[in-house]
Amino acid sequence: MSAIVWQLLHALLMVGLAPLVTGIVRLAKSRLQGRRGPSPLQPYRDLYRLLQKEAIVADSASWLFRVAPYLIFTATWTGAAIVPAFTSDMTLVPAADLIALVAMLGVARFFTALAGMDVGTAFGGIGSSREMMIASLAEPAMLMMTFSLSLLAGTTAPAGIGAFVLKGGIHLDVSAGLALLSLLMVAIAENGRIPVDNPSTHLELTMVHEAMVLEYSGRHLALIEAAGMVRLLLYMTLIASIFAPWGIAQPDEPAVFAVTGLLLFLVKVVLMAVALAVFETSIAKMRVFRVADFLGGALLLALLATIFIYVSEAV
Amino acid sequence: MLIAAAALSLLVLAMVAVVAGRFPVVHRMVYGATMVAALVLTGGALDHLTGMSAGEAPTTVLPIGLPWLQAHFRLDTLTAFFMAMINAVAALASLFAIGYGTHVPEHRRVTPLFPLFLFGMNMVLLADDAFSFLVSWEFMSLSSWLLVLSDHRSETNREAARIYLIMAVAGTFCLLAMFGLLSGYGGDYTFATMRHTELSGLPAHLVVVLLLFGAGSKAGLVPLHAWLPLAHPAAPSHVSALMSGVMTKVALYAIIRVLFDLNGGVVWWWGAVMMVVGAVTAVVGVLYAMMQTDLKRLLAYSTVENVGIIVVALGLALAFLDSGDRLSAALALVAGLYHALNHSFFKSLLFLGAGAVLGSTHERNLNTLGGLLKRMPITGTTFLVGAAAISALPPLNGFVSEWLVFQALFRGPALPHWTMKFGIPVVGALLALAAALAAACFVRAYGIAFLGRARSAAAAHAVEVNAPMRWALLALAGICVVLGVLPVVVSTALAFVVNPLIDVQMNPAAGMGWPWLSPTGSVKGSYSATVVILVGGLLLLAARFAVRVWGVRKLRRAPAWDCGHAEDIANAQYTADSFAQPIRRVFGSTLFAAREEVEMPMPGDMEPARHRVIMRDPVWDFLYVPIGVAVGRIADLVNRLQFQTVRRYLLLMFLTLVFLLILVAVRR
Repeated sequence: MSAIVWQLLHALLMVGLAPLVTGIVRLAKSRLQGRRGPSPLQPYRDLYRLLQKEAIVADSASWLFRVAPYLIFTATWTGAAIVPAFTSDMTLVPAADLIALVAMLGVARFFTALAGMDVGTAFGGIGSSREMMIASLAEPAMLMMTFSLSLLAGTTAPAGIGAFVLKGGIHLDVSAGLALLSLLMVAIAENGRIPVDNPSTHLELTMVHEAMVLEYSGRHLALIEAAGMVRLLLYMTLIASIFAPWGIAQPDEPAVFAVTGLLLFLVKVVLMAVALAVFETSIAKMRVFRVADFLGGALLLALLATIFIYVSEAV
Repeated sequence: MLIAAAALSLLVLAMVAVVAGRFPVVHRMVYGATMVAALVLTGGALDHLTGMSAGEAPTTVLPIGLPWLQAHFRLDTLTAFFMAMINAVAALASLFAIGYGTHVPEHRRVTPLFPLFLFGMNMVLLADDAFSFLVSWEFMSLSSWLLVLSDHRSETNREAARIYLIMAVAGTFCLLAMFGLLSGYGGDYTFATMRHTELSGLPAHLVVVLLLFGAGSKAGLVPLHAWLPLAHPAAPSHVSALMSGVMTKVALYAIIRVLFDLNGGVVWWWGAVMMVVGAVTAVVGVLYAMMQTDLKRLLAYSTVENVGIIVVALGLALAFLDSGDRLSAALALVAGLYHALNHSFFKSLLFLGAGAVLGSTHERNLNTLGGLLKRMPITGTTFLVGAAAISALPPLNGFVSEWLVFQALFRGPALPHWTMKFGIPVVGALLALAAALAAACFVRAYGIAFLGRARSAAAAHAVEVNAPMRWALLALAGICVVLGVLPVVVSTALAFVVNPLIDVQMNPAAGMGWPWLSPTGSVKGSYSATVVILVGGLLLLAARFAVRVWGVRKLRRAPAWDCGHAEDIANAQYTADSFAQPIRRVFGSTLFAAREEVEMPMPGDMEPARHRVIMRDPVWDFLYVPIGVAVGRIADLVNRLQFQTVRRYLLLMFLTLVFLLILVAVRR
């Protein structure tokens, strides 16, 4: 019974917290750039403002254009509901492992890319084709990272890997380090952050995600923006649940642990948000075709992580 | 009995279509009756599957064929599974053909061959001796060859049929030699004898190599795939659906039958070879698919990719079998069969969808389509389901089999051989790459053909197809969804099918029970499409409710904004070529030597600027063309033998005789 309660709380937390996390990243970035920056609550106001506006749909759009925002948001939210943040005593934890999680984010991307092409504009096509190119390298990197982690921990479920780490299974390990690096690179690419894509730009010839959702407005845009925020929090939660699972309550532990886990989770997320802002401020955006090298690197790092496991076993 | 009657009725239907092909109503009736026969065959096979205990297999011996040889037929679980799958697809393709059959060019040549083709495939599955197998195999090949050739006025179709015939003949020749080896020196060609003959050493290796050449070329393994993307699209779409969705599965059936049933022992590197070939096939197939602008050819190349994935699973099963890990072997084989099942449904859905587009617009080139989702809502929606399923998106069926393949693959490092340990991560990376590229490929295909604005008058005036075609598409899309959301039910049935081959009863939900797909073993992980779809539905409602509560419901239609750059010309949209450009640049510049040339006219000149993409096909340039040249040279040399004097011919015969006698003497 407690599992269902925790699950509901977790699902609501992921949606409720996501705009705040994006707000913190934006605030930290502004401060680093010498601006005062908006309040971290600004994304909530932005979403509400978008919801209050009428939605404008292009004449040439089909029904897919109007349905896609709901599907994109739901797929991302479902994925986020499965990754444990403060307790792994949740009903949905076994519903999807890392492979399925990658695929669920794939659903969101599939429909975003299709929606970009639905209106029939040149910008939409640019965005979709680049997004699919990036995904064609990011997804294998993510799956290879899963491979090396499953080799270490004997499971592909994020909760299971976290539990394994908590038991002291992974020490300061070369393979785990490479896998983490690979996951970080994929996370940057998948969330459209600098240096792969710039989330705060319009009308740049290198834009990817913004180009796909250019035609959206009103409630549809609100859903897509919210999905992007949830995705950022999802990746942060994933990184925390695998590589820093300290504080996540395990199913056999008392319920109080979940409360302390929640506090620790908030600390972890704020730290990661600030780290992301620092990273984004200190690096320049790269050309679109350099992204292939960047993600190819991530894929190779994940492969190396697997190879290193064998080497360390053999030594 | 019922199965025999249904199979024979297919032959009768072919006669009817030949005799009374003048009347359109006869074509509809023949396709309708074919559908009924295929449904009966599906039902019979499923009945056998559910009614039989594992390992039981009724056999029949018919006194046909050569006087001292009888034709043996056998229906075991593997055959029943493939029969059910093939005939289910065939039934829906026939339903589609009721509406589509008379729109096909030269349809009077197509209708009689359609039931014959289906008959041939069923007989291959039922055959229980080498002779009936090869005769049925040739029957299947030739009837499909005639179907490829049906629209014989097109030069490209004739070329495709010629290459198909060469490859089919070469493939059958390999299978003939393989069965010769399998039967040992006993000279008995029944499968029952082959099961008891244990081959080892060189003959066993040769069997695997010949099998991969013979059946692999029919399945479309790289580099033997060259005929497939030419021949499959050349046939009418409902036949393409059968060729791509189903005939490749008959070839895979042959591989499974020989490797897991007839050949006896296992050597670890067979699995390694199959995994490497399969992984390369998957990546190369999908990269080719990404570059195509012809919708049907794109689908055919994507078949190559999916066959690669299945062959990786089969190779993995062999490797596990060799190491003695039967449970993992069963998991890998279930994954392979699951993917075969899924692919036969979504690929026929996509081919029939392409047929609907072709019937409605007479266009196959993606760059002339666009905006069809609005004009053809049912075709568009079902094609979307197929595209999402083949892109391995949960909760549809393609993802389940891919998940199982990865789960099996992730157990690979437990294999004892170091080649395997280091090879399996690479194979995994290639498969992951293929899966991600497949998603890109189908976003491109769907986005260009069905979304956006119409790029030609034909696409702008397309109309939805007629009722039988719509129902066939809807049924196939429905099956894709059902196979996706009930993964435990389907994989439990498949575990029953592989039981007699691997000698172990696997429980796909062993870890957590229904509805969590959770095969236990060294790698744990679980997935439940049933739960995901329920939760996803609830969250979707929640999101919708939230938008209703906090948002306004106003909606306005307006011209597209496009950052203020909006162009009215439909050609300003992204095309299939421009969509593929980033991937072509990243992956294609070495493999295909892809280059782009831009011709800019001088300032003031009124000539249009031109942009050309130049690609080479490495398989043709480095393999087929040299082989073709070599065969030509040898033929020229041999040709000299044909114009000799009688004296020389006698001398040649004498020398041959001496040679053979020496050979016999040495053997003694």
